[in-house]
Amino acid sequence: MRRSLPWIAGAALIGLPFLYQSAYPLHIVIIILIWSFAYTSWSMMGRFGLVSLGHGGFMGIGAYVTALAWNHGGLTPWAGIPLALLAGGLLAVLVAYPCFRFRITGHYFALVTLALSGIVLQVITATRDQTGGSLGYTPERYRGGSSLYALQFSGKTTWYLIALAVWAAGIYVWYRVDRSMMRYALEAISEDEDGAAAAGVHVTAEKLKITVLSAMMTALAGALYCQYQMFISPDTVSGISISLQMVFAVVVGGIYVSLGPTVGAAITILLAEVLRISFGTRAVGWDNLVYGVLLVLFIVFLPKGILGSLLDLRRPSRGRPAPSA
Amino acid sequence: MGILDIFLLEALINGVLLGGVLALLSLGLNLVFGVIDVVWICYAELIMLGMYGMYFLYSVYHVPIGLAAVVCIVGVGMLGVILHVVVIAPLLGAAPINQLLATGGVLFFLQSAATVLFGIEFRNLGLRLPVLKLSEMFISYSRLLAFGAALIGMVLVYLFLTRTYTGTAIRAIAQDRHIMILMGVDSRRIYVITSALGGGLAGLAACLLVLQYDVHPFVGLSFGPITFLICVLGGLGNFAGGFVAAFVFAELISLGGLYLDLEWGYVFAFVFFIVMMFVRPEGLLARRS
Amino acid sequence: MLELRSVCAGYGGFQALFDVSLEVRRGEAVGVIGPNGAGKTTLMRVISGLIRPTTGSIAMEGADLLATPAHRIVGLGIAHVPESRRLFPRMTVEDNLKMGGFLPSARAKYRERLDVVYGLFPRLRERSRQLAGTMSGGEQQMCAIGRALMSDPKLLLLDEPSAGLAPVIVEQLFDLVKRIRAGGLNVLIVEQNVQQVLRVVDRAYLLKAGSIRAAGTAAELLASETIREAYLGV
Repeated sequence: MRRSLPWIAGAALIGLPFLYQSAYPLHIVIIILIWSFAYTSWSMMGRFGLVSLGHGGFMGIGAYVTALAWNHGGLTPWAGIPLALLAGGLLAVLVAYPCFRFRITGHYFALVTLALSGIVLQVITATRDQTGGSLGYTPERYRGGSSLYALQFSGKTTWYLIALAVWAAGIYVWYRVDRSMMRYALEAISEDEDGAAAAGVHVTAEKLKITVLSAMMTALAGALYCQYQMFISPDTVSGISISLQMVFAVVVGGIYVSLGPTVGAAITILLAEVLRISFGTRAVGWDNLVYGVLLVLFIVFLPKGILGSLLDLRRPSRGRPAPSA
Repeated sequence: MGILDIFLLEALINGVLLGGVLALLSLGLNLVFGVIDVVWICYAELIMLGMYGMYFLYSVYHVPIGLAAVVCIVGVGMLGVILHVVVIAPLLGAAPINQLLATGGVLFFLQSAATVLFGIEFRNLGLRLPVLKLSEMFISYSRLLAFGAALIGMVLVYLFLTRTYTGTAIRAIAQDRHIMILMGVDSRRIYVITSALGGGLAGLAACLLVLQYDVHPFVGLSFGPITFLICVLGGLGNFAGGFVAAFVFAELISLGGLYLDLEWGYVFAFVFFIVMMFVRPEGLLARRS
Repeated sequence: MLELRSVCAGYGGFQALFDVSLEVRRGEAVGVIGPNGAGKTTLMRVISGLIRPTTGSIAMEGADLLATPAHRIVGLGIAHVPESRRLFPRMTVEDNLKMGGFLPSARAKYRERLDVVYGLFPRLRERSRQLAGTMSGGEQQMCAIGRALMSDPKLLLLDEPSAGLAPVIVEQLFDLVKRIRAGGLNVLIVEQNVQQVLRVVDRAYLLKAGSIRAAGTAAELLASETIREAYLGV
């Protein structure tokens, strides 16, 4: 029975949009899936103590490069997205390499990445002639609505399946890293960098690998968001707020646990929707306000997040929760 | 002097003036980090609140500006203490990243609280200060005033840190916090005083910035990242390093803004920062261990 | 004056002191000797308040140290010169001394105490503006002792004062301790260098693996076999 549980759950998830056609809830689920993927990408670095406050920058790059390549360069997203991933990866290397090489970690690294996401936002705003600046940007509609070439679909069902597939792929990658040598290397590095280096671990290389992976996945999330929403603006895909939101959601859901970021995404997005529905336009700012308070409370009282803490209750003897979830 | 030279000189001078204020900002952040070993990510947001305070006191309630400034400085100083007592102190033993994230939460909270309370419109103090004309250059009086006040503030802090017992204790605790007990110093009290000082400096910065810039809930994003970069480049906790780095960055922003849009100035500064990391890592390794 | 009874202390799960009882009577200089890792530094820290004992009692002139907040212990007259000096490296000698005199009661006597310290350590007066971290080991030790003296203590705790110093300097150091004693100060010294410390103290305890193995006058211990065993020992 336990073995087949994932399969049953998987089938249920895939079958969901066919049984339940309502557009709005499906839209929410798609949004949750896309952001879960982004948050999971962040947690791949975050769980090893490499806390980046700049992932909003990577998401922004993913979204804008894809959209710009399509609008200005006529480049299909099938080529544009890899380009965006490359751009994200390159930026990650450019910023992370000197940080890791010169042992800039912890506080310092977090601050540098924070500045990074702020700068990406500034660049987007500064190039307003090309990107529309703070007013936002729209990829052009291709011939009516649905097109595989343009990666644009009008049906929510298609997007649901795409988002589900990407999200599942993200979880899969999480598991692969979790069971790989890289995980042990990174855990050793986060405990004691010098010790790990003395034991033969290529500290800079390992950290760089996970950073680039995380950055590229986040860029993919940005590109996907762009294609789905068909509208992006600096505040919705990049910047410090997005970066902090990512961290917040993962902390709430559980940083060491594979489904933690997903739980966090579900909670934060549903919370935002509830607030929006209850307060309407007066809700502007309230969701972040609640996030802010909750983040502080969670950090103080539940640093392992909801899922992480629940799992801890199941296994009381652990210092860190076991990887599987 | 050719036209371009004049503009260049003007940009250079404005850079120096800006540098003074940025140096003040980095001093506050460095103080808190050097002593308490925590970075207030929400530092710029404290300044934002101070700017709103000045706006309401002066433009709405017509409090004389000198008094408003004093209230602002003391008020944000108290906010610093509250921040420390409510958020930081419970987390002093926790992983540094948790401390960072907690102040991130406060950043969120303050930005949103400001949005909810004050709305997203830009507000201006409405104070029109004269612009001085030196040969062909235009130097705004508010910038000069800000520079002067920032310098005075820094000198006062310097005197406090070197001439008083409490100030000396603050410097000492940054170098070896564990033996402070042996001198009869209560670390927690020093932390609170430092938080008040950090907050007070933010309040002073708010007074100076509000003379020149509009305030809105997200104004902290304009100078927050730059302040962090300055402190990291100068070495977190290294006052002299931060001071120098502030002027370097200010010149970059000013000169960048001369030839291109203002945002590019920030981009230059960041690129410069990355390059510096490759070229002179020793500048960045001047951190407390 | 200072009385420890059945003190147990440690770090986290690791216990370093087992049931330690000792005393320093008024007018005395007492030594605690023992091999590396015996718990001597832990003993000093437990007295000055840097760590708290898990059980037992410590009293200074009747005042219960366990009931006193750690930062107030120096106010009771106990000044601790920590192992490896622990000066503030990027502050001047004078600022370090100033920190020693941080207590309100000491601030009132700042000038007077400064003169006493400079009198004992003329070298420090010459280097008063020098950054403490740039001085030699011997000079740093002088500064560290001077810093402790600034609070006008009744009991001076010296933790491994000879560590890392050349023999000539160590000799001078212990001569100095004798002078300080002659001025009426009580001293509790923890040391590995048996010969030197037994020269200047009246009584001593032998600490090994966290418990007191022997106690007696300096002369008794100098002659005893127990010490030799403890150091070379099983």
